Amino acid sequence: MNALSSRGALADQAGAGPDTDIDTMPALELCALSKRYTLGGGLFKRGRALQAVSEVSLAIPRGQVMGLVGESGCGKSTLAKMLLGLATPSAGEVRVDGRPLGDAGQKALARHIQPIFQDPYSSLNPRKRVAAIVELPLRVHGIGTPRERAQRVAETLDLVGLPQRAAAQFPGQLSGGQRQRVAIARALIMRPDIVICDEPTSALDVSVQAQILNLLLDLKQEFGLTYLFISHDLAVVEHLVDRVAVMYLGRIVEEGSRKQIFAAPRHPYTQALLASALTPEPGLGVPDIGLGDVMPDPSNPPSGCAFHPRCPKAQALCRESRPTLTAETTGVSRAACHFASA
Amino acid sequence: MPLLDVQDLRVDLPVEAGTLHAVRGIDLSVERGEMLCLVGESGCGKSMTSLALMGLLPRRARLSAGRLDFDGESLTALSERRRGQLRGRRMAMIFQEPMTALNPAYTLGNQLCEAFLRHRLGNRRQARERAIELLERVGISAAAERLAQYPHQLSGGLRQRVMIAMALMCDPDLIIADEPTTALDVTIQAQILRLLRDLQQEMGTAVIFITHDLGVVARIADRVAVMYAGEVIETALTQALYANPSHPYTRGLLSCIPAPGKTPPGSRLQAIPGVVPSLVGEVEGCAFRNRCPLVREGEVDAARCEHTPELRRLTGDHQARCHYAEHRAATRVAQPELSP
Amino acid sequence: MTVSTSTTSRASRAPAAGGRARALSEVPLPPTAWSRVTRKVFGHRGLAIGLAIGLVCVGLAVLIALFAPLLAPHDPYFQDISNRMVPPVWHDKGSWTHVLGTDKLGRDYLSRLIYGTRISLTIGLVAALISGVIGTTLGVLAGYFGGRVDAFISYIITTRLAMPVVLVALALASLTGGSLTTVIVLLGLLLWDRFAVVSRSVTQQLRDAEYVYAARTLGCSLPYILVREVLPNIAGALIVVITLEMAHAILLEATLSFLGMGVQPPLPSWGLMVAEGKAYMFFQPWVIAIPGVALFVLVLAINLLGDGLRDLNAPGGRH
Repeated sequence: MNALSSRGALADQAGAGPDTDIDTMPALELCALSKRYTLGGGLFKRGRALQAVSEVSLAIPRGQVMGLVGESGCGKSTLAKMLLGLATPSAGEVRVDGRPLGDAGQKALARHIQPIFQDPYSSLNPRKRVAAIVELPLRVHGIGTPRERAQRVAETLDLVGLPQRAAAQFPGQLSGGQRQRVAIARALIMRPDIVICDEPTSALDVSVQAQILNLLLDLKQEFGLTYLFISHDLAVVEHLVDRVAVMYLGRIVEEGSRKQIFAAPRHPYTQALLASALTPEPGLGVPDIGLGDVMPDPSNPPSGCAFHPRCPKAQALCRESRPTLTAETTGVSRAACHFASA
Repeated sequence: MPLLDVQDLRVDLPVEAGTLHAVRGIDLSVERGEMLCLVGESGCGKSMTSLALMGLLPRRARLSAGRLDFDGESLTALSERRRGQLRGRRMAMIFQEPMTALNPAYTLGNQLCEAFLRHRLGNRRQARERAIELLERVGISAAAERLAQYPHQLSGGLRQRVMIAMALMCDPDLIIADEPTTALDVTIQAQILRLLRDLQQEMGTAVIFITHDLGVVARIADRVAVMYAGEVIETALTQALYANPSHPYTRGLLSCIPAPGKTPPGSRLQAIPGVVPSLVGEVEGCAFRNRCPLVREGEVDAARCEHTPELRRLTGDHQARCHYAEHRAATRVAQPELSP
Repeated sequence: MTVSTSTTSRASRAPAAGGRARALSEVPLPPTAWSRVTRKVFGHRGLAIGLAIGLVCVGLAVLIALFAPLLAPHDPYFQDISNRMVPPVWHDKGSWTHVLGTDKLGRDYLSRLIYGTRISLTIGLVAALISGVIGTTLGVLAGYFGGRVDAFISYIITTRLAMPVVLVALALASLTGGSLTTVIVLLGLLLWDRFAVVSRSVTQQLRDAEYVYAARTLGCSLPYILVREVLPNIAGALIVVITLEMAHAILLEATLSFLGMGVQPPLPSWGLMVAEGKAYMFFQPWVIAIPGVALFVLVLAINLLGDGLRDLNAPGGRH
């Protein structure tokens, strides 16, 4: 079982200094992370380049929840894939506890970062029993004897609120909420530090969503987990997170604490997102958020500020130069806008 | 006289294990120019209801209704041909996935004009003019050029706008919109909803809007019908429903979603434990009793819940299908627990 | 208008995800013509009935093949020139000594038919297995890796599809000389295209299944992912292809033998029996009708079995 608690694996391989203080370090740090894809290439033909993620820098403090919001195609899923080792960054690096991941290897990475995916209908192999699905991480990493592993699976199922009889069942015999619990059990059985939640409740009914959100909060408390919580549901994000990053067309356009973002959003896109979140308050009607709905083509992004074609505040400057994310100052969020409200 | 008057609508589907009672006797009425929201979770029968109203049920489904009147005319008595004339001309539908609802092999112009021409509302030129006018009305620029485009050339939001224009082509009395914005991003959703609401009020079209999103319902509905396990369990004017939800399920749904400013961040959300009962075979008694907090906490006489409750009138337009809709716990406005 | 197309809109599950999940959890082959017919005729039990018929017939064929020496009333190779072309028992001149009569060399037809089962089943099974291994490997690799690997393998598949199987098999058989082994190897090397096409397209969908992502994030090795995560989920589709290709191989063997380039006399292959009987077609039609019917029944039964297995095998279960 010693492998479960090894935090040194990455450090040894990356050769980082031994004296870095873990407590003040962000658990997860993204440094100018970029990902470029090539689309439509064939055996003999060159494809177009698609910049899915551009120079994203983020730091998630230990034990906190970072919300990542943005619309489809904004690059948030690509970002998640890079953190999980499913895609190699074109540039930049990811640091766990201050140490670059570099080529630490997928297994070393897996001990620190685990995913919970969006669709519990696709995230569990329909041909495997729940026990085998949850046990897989331990088997792959050669942890424990079969007896110990079975014991561990039983504990973990209990932890996520599944009855023991679920172990012998196939995913097809479970409800959506139960499946998502299985996925959570699989993510947590290795006791990772960081969990990447990619829209973990958007495929679930609201009554089930609440159960899963409660479970995620409980587990975070119990194990001091750090979450990157990707979602498009702002009500859920506001409920769950400590910090929020807003992405638009591959870039972070605003980042700050929950309070900063939800009480005083500075970027026009964040403002529009918040305005378009429809809370269950009758009589308010549907707000006019004043954006065009022409989504720009990510493989041919607009010049200057990528948001300018939809932005109600856009001016000539926005077409010409791209605003950079302002530095962190006390009390205000970082925003990438020439005309960010103060 | 309401535009649409439905009583005791039932839809049964034969499945391997027996008969699935997808819709179990619902009563609905829609007034002219009204926006009625049907809200419920997956499998509650809301989509089946919409298909039944449009006459688009799968062939193996069996439909029965005490009354199914559209503008004073019984739909069940109509021939398939007459029904087809009604559909598209006076009733139109907007689907969740515009990409699957639009035929990728035809231009937008073709598809927009099809129903107009089929129902002989005018000639080709008039159809084209109306199409352009409506595309502009739903906020699509360069409408005349768009007519020659194919669905895949448009973004999701634009496609849904085209779908709305298409539904409006024949100036229908009733539009049934089945989760029309679920597949869209939030900013696009807000714009489409606003458009739909504006057009509906401007043209006086009645809309049955089907959704699972209580936030959307609150913002656009005139009246709400909450569905659970194939039944309407509560219906009221929007304000009344949110201010005073009377069925324990409605209260549960409302307290499940975190409300900014009311639910303290990071606090536990109220959840509805348990699962929806299987609708295969006969369902006896209140379908919600196995998950009902009133029953679980012993606040009410559970024996009474073994008897199927009727949809009862509480006040004015407010009806609920619960024996204990007036229970003291029920009269409290639903609030999530405020303890951390 | 809006109404004329799809009515498959589904309720509140997340849009794209829900659709994809359903597509993945079901094997993306439509029910074949036969299962549709059986379902039309027998309703939901049609599947079980089709499966039962297939199972019984194929089971019988396997038993017959295994116990051929016990079942055959005569030696299939024993020639009795004095008893040539004896008609079967239902014929006026038939006798119970030779239930299905004898052929032009006086060999007992029933015995030859029984031993022929061995040849047909061996060829079907071994050829389908060889081609299954080749095709599935190529298809899974192409589907999983995509990009250049896919482009290259697709090129091979297209090349293979462009070859007329019978002509190529004939040409090769005439070069190497026909024999049972040659036929099996030839067919095994030629019939993998459908395996490759099917496994490639299914794998393409599975590649982006989140459970494959989950296995990758855990650091599972590539062979583990392909064999343990992907393969079981394409098995349902492959079972159908295996049965189709078994039937295909059996028919092709018959064709090659009929054309003289397949199994060589005196082996009792059904195709060879048809070929040898073709001269007598007009006056002793049973000489070709009997092996013909045997071929037809076996091929049909294998197809029914494949259909049934595929449906039983669909995950999420029919229970």
